[in-house]
Amino acid sequence: MKAVTSKILILLLSIGVLVACNSNQKESSETTSVATSHPKGQASVEDDVSQKNILQVAAGSEAHSTLVAAVQAAEIEHVLVNAGPLTVFAPTNDAFAALPDGTVENLLKPENKGDLATILTRHAAPGSFNVEGLKREARKGRKIYMATGDYLEVVVDGDEIRVGGAKVIATIQTSNGIINVVDKVILPN
Amino acid sequence: MKHTIKNTLAVLLGSTLLLIAGCTQNNGSNGALGSDIAQRVYVAPGEHDEFYALVSGGFSGQLAVYGLPSGRLFRVIPVFSVDAEKAYGFNEETKAMLNTSYGFIPWGDSHHPDISQTNGELDGRWVFINENNTPRIARISLSTFETEEIIEIPNSAGNHSSSFVTENSEYVVAGTRFSVPVPQQDISIDEYKGKFKGAISFIGVDQETGHMDLSFQIMMPGFNYDLAHPGRGKSHGWMFFSTYNTEEANSLMEVNASQNDKDFIAAINWKKAEELIAAGEFDVMPANYAHNVYDESTHTATSTMKKEVRVIDPAKHPGLVYFLPTPKSPHGCDVDPTGEYIIGSGKLSAALTAHSFTNMLDAIENEKFDGDAYGIPILNYDDVVAGVVQQAGLGPLHTEFDGKGNAYTTFFISSEVVKWKVGTWEVLDRQPTYYSVGHLMIPGGNSRKPFGKYALAMNKITKDRYLPTGPELTQSAQLYDISGDKMELLLDFPTVGEPHYAAGIPADLIKPKQVKLYKLEDNNHPYVAKSEQETKVTRNGNEVHIYMTTIRSHFAPDNIEGIRVGDKVYFHVTNLEQDYDVPHGISMIGANTSELLIMPGQTETFVWEPKQIGVWPFYCTDFCSALHQEMQGYVRVSPKNSNVPLKWTLDGETR
Repeated sequence: MKAVTSKILILLLSIGVLVACNSNQKESSETTSVATSHPKGQASVEDDVSQKNILQVAAGSEAHSTLVAAVQAAEIEHVLVNAGPLTVFAPTNDAFAALPDGTVENLLKPENKGDLATILTRHAAPGSFNVEGLKREARKGRKIYMATGDYLEVVVDGDEIRVGGAKVIATIQTSNGIINVVDKVILPN
Repeated sequence: MKHTIKNTLAVLLGSTLLLIAGCTQNNGSNGALGSDIAQRVYVAPGEHDEFYALVSGGFSGQLAVYGLPSGRLFRVIPVFSVDAEKAYGFNEETKAMLNTSYGFIPWGDSHHPDISQTNGELDGRWVFINENNTPRIARISLSTFETEEIIEIPNSAGNHSSSFVTENSEYVVAGTRFSVPVPQQDISIDEYKGKFKGAISFIGVDQETGHMDLSFQIMMPGFNYDLAHPGRGKSHGWMFFSTYNTEEANSLMEVNASQNDKDFIAAINWKKAEELIAAGEFDVMPANYAHNVYDESTHTATSTMKKEVRVIDPAKHPGLVYFLPTPKSPHGCDVDPTGEYIIGSGKLSAALTAHSFTNMLDAIENEKFDGDAYGIPILNYDDVVAGVVQQAGLGPLHTEFDGKGNAYTTFFISSEVVKWKVGTWEVLDRQPTYYSVGHLMIPGGNSRKPFGKYALAMNKITKDRYLPTGPELTQSAQLYDISGDKMELLLDFPTVGEPHYAAGIPADLIKPKQVKLYKLEDNNHPYVAKSEQETKVTRNGNEVHIYMTTIRSHFAPDNIEGIRVGDKVYFHVTNLEQDYDVPHGISMIGANTSELLIMPGQTETFVWEPKQIGVWPFYCTDFCSALHQEMQGYVRVSPKNSNVPLKWTLDGETR
């Protein structure tokens, strides 16, 4: 019993000394928060001078709140701010709402993070494809290679452009690539 | 039972001792080996340094940008020497920056950076730096960290006593180290005494643009003018220059220029000089010197030759210049933050001399002169001296201040920094340097408001301080913590070229002003292409101009035909990116001129003169993107008299 008490005493004393040590180092401890300095990687870079990047544009669009929430849930923000160049086919909130009931809610669950990331990544292509670029691909019979390895066909019918079956309804130039707003979530065949 | 208690006691004693020992080490009494020393210079990944240190690149001709306290190198700014990395002096836009009255000079010897001031405090607008060999002063923007302007100094030879600014950056000064015949003439070197002159130049600075203009020169006796510092506060309006070789020797200077017991600090009343200029009391002398300005809107430098200079003869104008006798070839000439004391570091003397500005004015008012030198009154040493720091060390060179009443002087021969008290002249502390220190820098240490936390010693000799790299070793800087009573050595770090001097400034005064990119719509380069639709290739005789663009991850155009052997092909490349830190490069096989590194929104040009037929590639040299490796193109070169038409395409189509 006495031995146990002594051990507790040692513990307490040691803590006391350690605390004393720490208080001597107050100044330096402020500069040593290594792990938490940039938790989000490039996505947390503050820059209000450059043209907006893909993530910043999407985050500023009310019609894309579901997509942005999904990107955050899948933790792929830094992919969308990377040097790229990237083309993102960005489904609107209506496009996500058109999926069978419960699909989005289910994908946003933490355990489905991997599936969600795969679905979102199927909407991103390396390279810059604006309207002109998409038409060129169609004219030359080239498919667009997506980040998941899928190839999507571009079909042009008059002014209408469809990529993987989804209709392009707007195109936005960003600092690190192109956003083509689409009316459908592009699901695997 | 008893046994247990004994053991426990032993453990108790042991562990407490260990912990105490650990504590002791953390408190730093183990000098540079103590773990807290490491923490005090450790800047965690992603964190920023507290200060910028702008360190002279010496004979590299450049200016290096470091962080303090980490000692990390951020950038080498090309100033007086060509720089392959940034194409400075190689591309068509910046060649004019290195033009001089001697023609294109591809290298320089940079010396003393000084940051612009407002009301005697660092303002973070520009840093000036002098070139010693081909006398010049450069102005560098602290928003872009680019050299924006270089002005040549006529009638000067060895621009050492430079580029120090007055307290509102009204002027940057340039005193010649080597006196020369003015104007230059073919005479015997033996005629030095009396015939050689030492020009001291005052270069006016436009407060809006920073543009420099040689306002006037004061034609001084043929001494060597070494260093200078401005009056501040009460002594604002005066500039102080150290001199040596008042013997006016012209050979074996190490002996012949060390004969006099005292040389001078020259006190120049530049407000008086302004009055003389306003009253027309000056001579206009023919001259020939280059003034080179880089225009941020055209991304192009132009060089103008200036043809005359206004000169004032101090012998004809009493009240303009006085000489303060100062022992033994003073090097540093440093003014304390209050502006009262002018410290002369007689480099062959064991003592430091502090002159009093108040005493000086009093002696001038009462005309207590001890003769004159070439018509310039010499004051009595005993009348102006305020105090002497006795037995401070050997070979004093330069003094900085911490804003708390202390001064710090470097001693070359005794390899140490000595801390002493301004006013009582007592030595408070001394720390060795490794080895043979030259200048010292405390951020703002030569202004009204020093930031007295760190001192940076710049050493001339390195020897065994780093891993050896053959006969040539990097130069070395050492960082001291000067916040306590005693100085503490924190860190060694290598420097580029010889760091003659440095200027330091809190990072917070610079960071908010940073330019992240150049706006494409503001680009007025004559050969800009602001979109791929504007790209083209034009021919005029054998001169071909390619208006090219870059964006991740292609050139437009990237296939060019119709170029002929013997053509002079200008690649004008505009980086269409409007994104921070996304430059593109371009290099062309067989180009004898340059590669380019083009900032977002910028246009740069290199020349290629193809000598062989064939199909030749060019590519992006700066890893720009995931498809960087795909960023390339081809140029077809046909024989001299070929009829292959000019053609430029991207993906088989002309934009």
